[in-house]
Amino acid sequence: MTDQTPNGGEERHHRPLPEDTMPKGGVNAPVPVAAEATPAVDPRLIVRQEGVKGYLGEFKRRLSSGELGSVPVVLALIVIWAVFGSLNSSFLSAQNLSNLSQQIVGTGMIAIGVVFVLLLGEIDLSVGSVSGLCAAIYAVLSVTHGVNQGVALLCALVGGAVVGLIQGFFFAKVGVPAFVVTLAGNLGWNGLMLQILGSQGTVNLPGTDVVSKLYSTFYGQQIAAYGAAFFGVALFLAASLFDAQRRRAAGIPSRPLADIVLRTVLLAIVAFLAAYTLNQYKGLPLALLIFLIFIVVLEYMLRRTAYGRKIFALGGNIEGARRAGISVPTIRITVFMICSTMAAVGGLFLAAQIQSASQTSGGGNLLMNAIAAAVIGGTSLFGGRGSTWSALLGALVIGSIQSGMNIEGLSNAIQFMITGAVLLAAVVIDSLARRTQKAAGRA
Amino acid sequence: MVTGEPVLALRGVSKRFGAVQALTDVEMEVHAGEVVALVGDNGAGKSTLVKSIAGVHQPDDGDIEWGGRAVTIHRPQDAQHLGIATVYQDLALCDNLDVVGNLFLGREIRHFGVVLDEVAMERRSRELLDTLSIRIPSVRIPIASLSGGQRQVVAIARALIGSPKVVMLDEPTAALGVEQTAQVLDLVERLRDQGLGVILISHNMADVMAVADTVVVLRLGRNNGVFDKSSTNQEQIISAITGATDNAVTRRQARGTEGPQ
Repeated sequence: MTDQTPNGGEERHHRPLPEDTMPKGGVNAPVPVAAEATPAVDPRLIVRQEGVKGYLGEFKRRLSSGELGSVPVVLALIVIWAVFGSLNSSFLSAQNLSNLSQQIVGTGMIAIGVVFVLLLGEIDLSVGSVSGLCAAIYAVLSVTHGVNQGVALLCALVGGAVVGLIQGFFFAKVGVPAFVVTLAGNLGWNGLMLQILGSQGTVNLPGTDVVSKLYSTFYGQQIAAYGAAFFGVALFLAASLFDAQRRRAAGIPSRPLADIVLRTVLLAIVAFLAAYTLNQYKGLPLALLIFLIFIVVLEYMLRRTAYGRKIFALGGNIEGARRAGISVPTIRITVFMICSTMAAVGGLFLAAQIQSASQTSGGGNLLMNAIAAAVIGGTSLFGGRGSTWSALLGALVIGSIQSGMNIEGLSNAIQFMITGAVLLAAVVIDSLARRTQKAAGRA
Repeated sequence: MVTGEPVLALRGVSKRFGAVQALTDVEMEVHAGEVVALVGDNGAGKSTLVKSIAGVHQPDDGDIEWGGRAVTIHRPQDAQHLGIATVYQDLALCDNLDVVGNLFLGREIRHFGVVLDEVAMERRSRELLDTLSIRIPSVRIPIASLSGGQRQVVAIARALIGSPKVVMLDEPTAALGVEQTAQVLDLVERLRDQGLGVILISHNMADVMAVADTVVVLRLGRNNGVFDKSSTNQEQIISAITGATDNAVTRRQARGTEGPQ
């Protein structure tokens, strides 16, 4: 899948021609509208009704045409919480939910990176090993060699980015399938981690270093959690109103006010309920806050920037993206770099969680959990559809199952089987939704 | 109706692939506000000719003239910069993006060079589609929801975003039904009315006779006649395509009839 067509890299060897200017005029000049011009509305179009009723109708229509989005995972989460909550009341206690919100951050951060790769329709099987490797880089540099913690942190993140650069190069430039490159990486980076950890095998973190603090800090004041919730809701409301106002000013359809209010109220209920629960225990965990900031910023990047649009375009139609002048290898390499860097971030949080970098870091079922979280959360395995929010939702589902099973005292054996079944269910839903979308003309 | 300097002219263009001489001394002219139909049997060299103009292939011999000056087109971007837009047969739209996203793919309107200006793009999209009288349910639905004809007109509209002077359409009606074909042909006429030169590749004689001003026939990589639609009929063109006449150009010259050449 190398870039062999001549229009692959516009920037690389652009030789301006004498006539190298965009012609003005043509169809972009104001043109008298053709005589029999009709407004560009198809009479067969089902037009959404105004108000809440229309909103519900639209929602139903979307569901029946296979645009499930995050509906299945939210339902699954409600079922899981209801089941474990009825089995044992301590599952829904503030303490357990607060711990859960902190424990999902490591896997969730890695899952964000996996979402990016899945959007291209590719897979990265090395994220587990890369997270362990970067945790080892940080631990060995800061603890064993006494390097400044900030520098050590930076080195770990840069290490993740370099791993992504190498894997992305072999995938995008050499043309090796991503599956194989990252499978080799899975083994190779694990070996490098063991090499870096050296003979003693385990490096304990002192617990006072920057990474440990990022993980274990709580903002105990009531105002912190409520303030964060208020800030999030206000930001959403302001952005929605601003967008609607700009659209009205430009004379194009905008979201009705009732719609915006409804969404804001729903978001406010979730946000303040979460803040209330966190405040019942230790307050707002810094790790969760950082996780949410990563999700919001990267989601903005995916939806609202030219770079994000290119990622979606590649996931939709590679040849179309190439003909549109998008440099396919550049996007592929940078996406793999984002994925590996997010794996490094997740690895650091996981190291802080167990207070050490050891030979088992990044092993076990971490890789599967991270990929499962992204898929369970609603990001399509087929590319071109997904959101960073699916990392949060998916990590919550997997974390809830683990936490509930631990409270019930069930063995790992049962846990693995149930998590596997949930992953299978998520992939089945994704495949079925895709088929329905095709049938409904939306895929 | 069509007079003056051609916008785009091919002078003796030849192209060889290994042992195959795909094009031999092909001549063609496209004027502003003219629809030139490029017809010929399979393997006649239509696609090779279009790709040579679009910058996918480089001709081995001959000149491509743009506004009377010889130019070299190394890459598809060069053709786009000149003002030649190409709509390929497979459209190359991204199914998961909406109409606006596809129209502006690769040349998004941005704030500060990074953030997409969705409002401006949506407004421009609506203006463009209105100008072309293109009827689409909404500019915010994914391409996957559109019918084949709607996808074709979106693909053509996308070619127009860069304000080209010449648009090349490769079999735009090949997979379309009656109504959709009519829509696309209407669109072709509207492009002509707006002063664009259109090169239309088609196997469908009815389509060609409906919208073309000039019909260029290729046979086995060579010109086999340039017909003015007002002074020809379908039989004449078909016999030129199939080679039933040895060479229509020489015949016409021998007869001393009218015509652009």
